[in-house]
Amino acid sequence: MQVSNAFESQARRLTRLAAVATLSAVLAACGSSVKLEDAAPVADRSSNGLAGSNGSAGANGVGQRGISGVQADAFKAGQAPANVERVVYFDFDSYAVRPEFNGLIDGHAKFLNGNSQRRVNLEGHTDERGGREYNLALGQKRAEAVRRALAVSGVSDSQLEAVSFGKEKPAAQGSGEEAWAQNRRVELTYR
Amino acid sequence: MMKISGPDDHSPASGRRRSLLTLAGAGLLGAPLAPAWAQFRVEVSGVGAKQIPVAIAPFQGSSPANADVPAIIRADLERSGVFRLIAAQGGALDENSRPDLGPWRERADALLTGSVIRLANGQFDVRFRLWDTLKAQDLGGLSFPVAAADLRLAAHKVADYVFEKLTGAKGVFSTRIAYVSKNGARYSLWVADADGEGAQAALTSNEPIISPAWSPSGAQLAYVSFEARKPVIYVHDIANGHRRPVATWRGSNSAPAWAPDASRMLATLTLSGNSQVYEISPNGGGNPRRLTQTGGIDTEAVFTPDGASIYFVSDRGGSPQIYRMPARGGSAERVTFNGNYNISPAISPDGRWLAYIARLGGAFKLQVMELSSGNIASVTDTSDDERPTFAPNSRLIMYASKIGGREALLTTTLDGQIKTRLASVPGDIREPNWGPFPR
Repeated sequence: MQVSNAFESQARRLTRLAAVATLSAVLAACGSSVKLEDAAPVADRSSNGLAGSNGSAGANGVGQRGISGVQADAFKAGQAPANVERVVYFDFDSYAVRPEFNGLIDGHAKFLNGNSQRRVNLEGHTDERGGREYNLALGQKRAEAVRRALAVSGVSDSQLEAVSFGKEKPAAQGSGEEAWAQNRRVELTYR
Repeated sequence: MMKISGPDDHSPASGRRRSLLTLAGAGLLGAPLAPAWAQFRVEVSGVGAKQIPVAIAPFQGSSPANADVPAIIRADLERSGVFRLIAAQGGALDENSRPDLGPWRERADALLTGSVIRLANGQFDVRFRLWDTLKAQDLGGLSFPVAAADLRLAAHKVADYVFEKLTGAKGVFSTRIAYVSKNGARYSLWVADADGEGAQAALTSNEPIISPAWSPSGAQLAYVSFEARKPVIYVHDIANGHRRPVATWRGSNSAPAWAPDASRMLATLTLSGNSQVYEISPNGGGNPRRLTQTGGIDTEAVFTPDGASIYFVSDRGGSPQIYRMPARGGSAERVTFNGNYNISPAISPDGRWLAYIARLGGAFKLQVMELSSGNIASVTDTSDDERPTFAPNSRLIMYASKIGGREALLTTTLDGQIKTRLASVPGDIREPNWGPFPR
């Protein structure tokens, strides 16, 4: 078989070079493969016939696929004040705290003002519609609205952190307005 | 190089669904299917797709059942949308044969021969040779002596060789993807072959994981984990599991994106109360530099391949739209105008295409825009599309959607004509990100 072009001829020179001993280093970059000669019979089928590439797979190229798995630690929430609801619900496409939640805000504000060492996360959530990152930003708007309401009630900024879960942790499964209304919310989680 | 014409025509066009064929039903496979392939689907839609006919002769020797080398090669080539696989029976051809190419020429432009032989040391030797049947030319061959665990990778590398020889573009079959599964209350971040097989968990958690993003070298993944009961960005070295939080600022930290040279990252932070785009260090620490200055939402920023610009989503015009601005900040120019919800921009590695998600009549649909012309095509039949990501050769887009009520990953050619559903781990599968070419 005639060498068909310059690339092939160069590759053949590489093969010969490789046979000398530097093969595994040369080929590491292209996945520990070995160039076959033109379609003349490749007589030796044993691993030794492949000029030193034997055994290199684990260390080079082809074998570098190991993944070392990690388990994330679980989070433990702190004790919340008794007798105060912890969830503020929002209208569709709305980021304003409805007046009916004024009592809830007051209850948490009193607790936080009287326990200045306690901190609370305001966790914003959305319904399932739309992209994950964009919903994260929308959930943040809801969390921020609750943070402002608590700040207006005199709670120290250092006790509050507004964060978002976007659509990742729905309170109610399923689609439709009934589930969505339960999912558009801010949860107050004490640390 | 031989002159088999490649698919030059990449202009997206809305494809009409014509047929659904499984690999098993396509009659292309001489070898029995491994069980994992039972869920693999290739959907061909539209007409006039220019596909190169390729014949694969039955490989001599045998592969283990869980890594059927010629079947993996066939599936790779078919999924690319570039090739039409031709049934090849009879004969006892392998990489050493000099086949009479005359009869093959009638049906295929190229013929792949090969073998999978178990070596004395327990490894497998995967060998192949590719022939140009039209020119009766030997297009070369390789030998991959690999451990059994690397047989799938060897098969993908054979497919990459065929793809590159016949199209002139690099194949992506041996690249890797990352994605997230939710199975019950358990979230896992997976690294898998580009066909979805061979998945290994890099992280498991009882809290959500979103937005994985491969580092330019392919050695690390950035992602958002909620394990601290808030969104925090981590950078995770996947080979050894070492990871570090790189954005733990007050509020939410999300939407990580790497600069092409890995020197910096973009992230969405809420230091001003609202979500804004910042530049941060991939090593953590330092002061984040704010790049956008609005009172609303700016998020999902990504670099262009040259690192000079960023595309991002902003509601500054009253609804979420995609904008472009200089990578170090500056005035932004609006890119999307159709409809009132356009999010999740992805720029192809060749810089020619923008993929994104639009809300169209209540459905969320993958869109492909040719940046030079502004022409837009809607390329899917699904209605819950999310988070597009380009293959490193810019020829395929992977995205998440819902199929039969379950979240799944799919790929499509840029013109929407060839779609596949990826094999996957159990549960809902989402948040794909396609890794780079191996370095």
